[in-house]
Amino acid sequence: MTEAHPIGLSIRNGSKIYPGTQALKNVDFDLRMGAVNVLVGENGAGKSTLMKIIAGVEQLNGGTIELDGQQVVFADKTDAAKHGVGIVFQELNLFPNLTVAENIFVGHEKTRGGIHIDRQAQRTAASALMKRLEQNIDPDAPLGNLRIGQQQIVEIAKALAENARILILDEPTSALSAAEVEVLFRVIKDLKTQGVGIVYISHRLEELIRIGDYITVLRDGAITGSRSMQGVDIPWIVANMIGSASKEFPKTGEHKLGNEVFRVDNVCLPSPAGGYAVDHMSLSVREGEIVGLYGLMGAGRSELLECIMAQHPNSSGQLFIGGKPVKEKSVSGRIRRGLALIPEDRKRDGLVQIMTIRENLTMSSLHDFTRGFHLSLKAEVAKAADFVKRMAIKIASLEHPVSSLSGGNQQKVVIGKALMTRPKILLMDEPSRGIDIGAKAEIFRTMRRLAADGLGILFVTSDLEEVLALSDRILVMANGRLTGQFPAGASAAEVISAATPNLNRVETQ
Amino acid sequence: MSSIDATTNAKTVIGGHKSRTSALLLLLHMRTFVALILVFAFFAIAAPNFLTTGNMLIISKHVALNAVLAIGMTFVIIAGGIDLSVGSIVGLCAMVAGYLVLYGIDLGFLGIAYSVQFNTIEICLMVLVVGIFIGWINGLLITKLNVAPFIATLGILYVARGAALLFSDGRTFPNLSGNPEYGSDTFRVIGSGTFFGLPVSVWIMVVVALAAAYLATRTPLGRHIYAVGGNERGAALSGVNVDRTKLFVYMFSGLCAALVGLIISSQLQASHPATGETFELNAIAAAVLGGTSMSGGRGRIGGTIVGAFVIGILADGLIMMGVSSFWQTVIKGLVIIAAVVIDQVQQKLQARVVLQQNAN
Repeated sequence: MTEAHPIGLSIRNGSKIYPGTQALKNVDFDLRMGAVNVLVGENGAGKSTLMKIIAGVEQLNGGTIELDGQQVVFADKTDAAKHGVGIVFQELNLFPNLTVAENIFVGHEKTRGGIHIDRQAQRTAASALMKRLEQNIDPDAPLGNLRIGQQQIVEIAKALAENARILILDEPTSALSAAEVEVLFRVIKDLKTQGVGIVYISHRLEELIRIGDYITVLRDGAITGSRSMQGVDIPWIVANMIGSASKEFPKTGEHKLGNEVFRVDNVCLPSPAGGYAVDHMSLSVREGEIVGLYGLMGAGRSELLECIMAQHPNSSGQLFIGGKPVKEKSVSGRIRRGLALIPEDRKRDGLVQIMTIRENLTMSSLHDFTRGFHLSLKAEVAKAADFVKRMAIKIASLEHPVSSLSGGNQQKVVIGKALMTRPKILLMDEPSRGIDIGAKAEIFRTMRRLAADGLGILFVTSDLEEVLALSDRILVMANGRLTGQFPAGASAAEVISAATPNLNRVETQ
Repeated sequence: MSSIDATTNAKTVIGGHKSRTSALLLLLHMRTFVALILVFAFFAIAAPNFLTTGNMLIISKHVALNAVLAIGMTFVIIAGGIDLSVGSIVGLCAMVAGYLVLYGIDLGFLGIAYSVQFNTIEICLMVLVVGIFIGWINGLLITKLNVAPFIATLGILYVARGAALLFSDGRTFPNLSGNPEYGSDTFRVIGSGTFFGLPVSVWIMVVVALAAAYLATRTPLGRHIYAVGGNERGAALSGVNVDRTKLFVYMFSGLCAALVGLIISSQLQASHPATGETFELNAIAAAVLGGTSMSGGRGRIGGTIVGAFVIGILADGLIMMGVSSFWQTVIKGLVIIAAVVIDQVQQKLQARVVLQQNAN
C-alpha cells in the first residue's frame, strides 16, 4: 500500500506559535499522493493551521517541509500554488459580483499578451471544468446567483484550474447537499487515479471513514494518531480526538435544579437560501442548570440565540421566562426580562473596542446609575470596580480602552457586562473561543458558580469535550433542528452521530 | 472620555523616563488648546489692533456661529454619521424667521382675511421646531430607509436650500426690525444684544456647549452616542436603542442649525436665502480640529469649541495682518490636515503607553 502511495510532501518536527498559544507542537505529517489523507480533530486542534502551512498561507516557526524529497519554504500562497498546492478554504473566497468563469481564473487570468483577458478561452476552460465536476453551471452566470453548494463547487474548480498536484479540502461538504456530496466524492476518486494527493478535513466521521485512505488525528496541536484507514472505526477516532487525560474541567457541583426558568417554543427562522435556519426549535432550561447546545458549524445554534435576543424580526415562535411569555421586541426589553447574551464574536458583537473597560462593563445597565437623566459616574465606577474584582479581570486601570486587554480578560468584561443586568438566563455562544487554557478554566469555573447560584445557562459550543464535561444536559442541533438530547455523562460517539444526521447513522459499539 | 485616560496615565506613569512619554502624551492630548494659545500669542504680537476689546468681540461673535453648528456636528460624527445639511438648514431657518417677523402667518388660505402675528419668543420656538423637524427627516432617512448619512444629508442640503430660495423667490427679507405692537421688536436682541458685556450669541454658544458637554458625559444618552459610533452592532446587542440614538443626534444638529439661522437673521436684520452656504464644512473642520474621529466613537465638546476658536482666530488674525484670502484658505486646510496627523500620532503613542502599563 505504501508503495502505491508515495509520500509527496512531509513535515518534520513542525511548530507554529501564535501570540499566546502554540498551535502546532512538533508535528510530523506525511501527505501521500494518489490517496485521500484525512485530517480530524476538534476545533482549535490545529488542523486549519497545519493546512495553512502546507498552502503557504502561514509559515512554520520551527521544523521543515519537504516536497518530493526537497526541502522547501513557501513564501506565500502564490508560491505554494506554483509548487502545485491548491487549497479550498472552509469560508468561501469568491466574488459574488463576478461571473463563474471570472471567479475561477481570478488572479491567474488567461490573457492575450498579458493584458487583454481572453474571455472565450476562460469560458471554454470553465465549461470543461464544470463538465468534469458534473455540474450544469453556466460559466457566465454571476456567482452571487448560485446556491452555496454550487459556489463550493466553483471554489473546487478554481483549485483544479491551477493544476494542483496537492489539493486541500477544508470541510468541503459542510454546505453541500447529499447529491452534491456524491459528485464531490466521484471527483475525488477521479483525482486520486490521476495521482493527486488530497488532504480532506471534516467533522463528519462517517464521511472520513468512507473516503479516506490514511488518517491523522490532531489534538491540542499534537498528532495523537496516524495510520492507514483500514480497520479504523469511530470509537478509535473519538478516543484519539479526545484523549484520556482530560483538560481541567470543574466538577459538576452537587446542587438541586430549580423550576423551569426559560422555555423556547417552536422558534423558526426562515433561511435566505430557502428552508429554515432554525427549524421549529423548542427547549427549556431550569434554574441552576447548564444546558450545552452542541452542533457543527452552520447547524443554526448561533441563529437560535440571535432569535432569542430579538435580532431576527422575521423569526417566529414563543419564549417564556418563568412561565410568562416574552412579548418585548427590543433587545433592551429582553434584557430587562432577564435574558443576557455573550456573543460568539467578541470583537464584532460583544464590545465597543475604543471605549474604556468601565464604559463597556456598564453599557447594558446604565439606568441603574441614572436618576432622571443624570448619570452618576461615582456609582458607575464603584459598580465597575466591584465587577472587575468579582470576575477577577486583570487590568491596570478601569479607564483603559478594552482593546488593550487579552482575549480572556475581554471575555470576562463581556460576561461582567451581561451579569450586571442581573439576568435569569445567560446565553453563551462559544464562550471559550479564542482564549487561552487558563482563562478557559476560569470561565468554566465562573459558569459553574453562576449555575450554583441559580442562574440558568444555555451555552453553545463546537467543542465536544467541553459540552460533555460542563453540561447538566446536552442538546444537539443539526440543520436547524433538535436532533438529540442526552443527560450528563452521555457518550461522545452518540453526541457526534446526532450532530451529523444527514448521513446514515453508523452503528457504534 | 479620553481626557480621563490622559490624566490617569499621567498619574500612574510618573517616574523615570516614562514621565517624559506621558508628558508628551499630555501635550499631544491638549494639542488643540496648545495650538489655540500659540495662534493667539502669535497674532497678539504680529497683528496690530488684534488684542483690542472690539476685535475680541468680533472674533467671538464669528466663532459663536461656527461653534454652535460644530457642537451639533460633533454628536453626529461621534455617532458615526455626518450632517452635510446644516448650512442649508441655517438658510431655511433664517428665511422662516424673516418671514414670520415680516408677515406672520397669513390665514388667507383658509379663506380668512387675517394674518396671525407672533412675538419674539414664539417666532424663535417655531424656527427651532423647523430645524428639529428637518433633522428628524435626516434621521428617518438614515435609520428607517437605510440611506447612507452622507447621501441623505447631501439630498437634504439641496432640498432645504431650494426651499429657502422658494420662500422668497430668491429675494431678501429686509428690515427685520419687528413690530412693538406684536412684541417682535425684540427680535434684534438675539444677534446684536449684549448681556453682562458679552454678545447674546456668545451666551447662546456657552449655554449650548455646557448642555452638550453634560449630555455627552453625564447621561446614558450621551454614552449611547459614543457606543453607537464605536460599534453599532455591539451597542445594539447591549440593549442600546440605535435608531433612537441616531434620530436624536440629527435632530440636535438641526436644532443647532436653527439657532444659528436665528442669530444671523437677527444680526443682519435681514434674511437672505444663501445664508449659511458652506457652513457645514467649517463645522466639520472645527469638530475634526478638536479631536473628533471621523470613524465615530471619539470626540469631545470642549475640543470642538477650542477647534472653532482656532479657526476663527486664524481667519481674523490673517485678515488683520493683510494676508490674502486665497492664502487664508490654504492655511486653514493645512491646519486641519496637521491636526489629524497629530491625532494619529497621539493614538499610537497612547496605545503603546497602555500596553506598557498592562505589561507591568
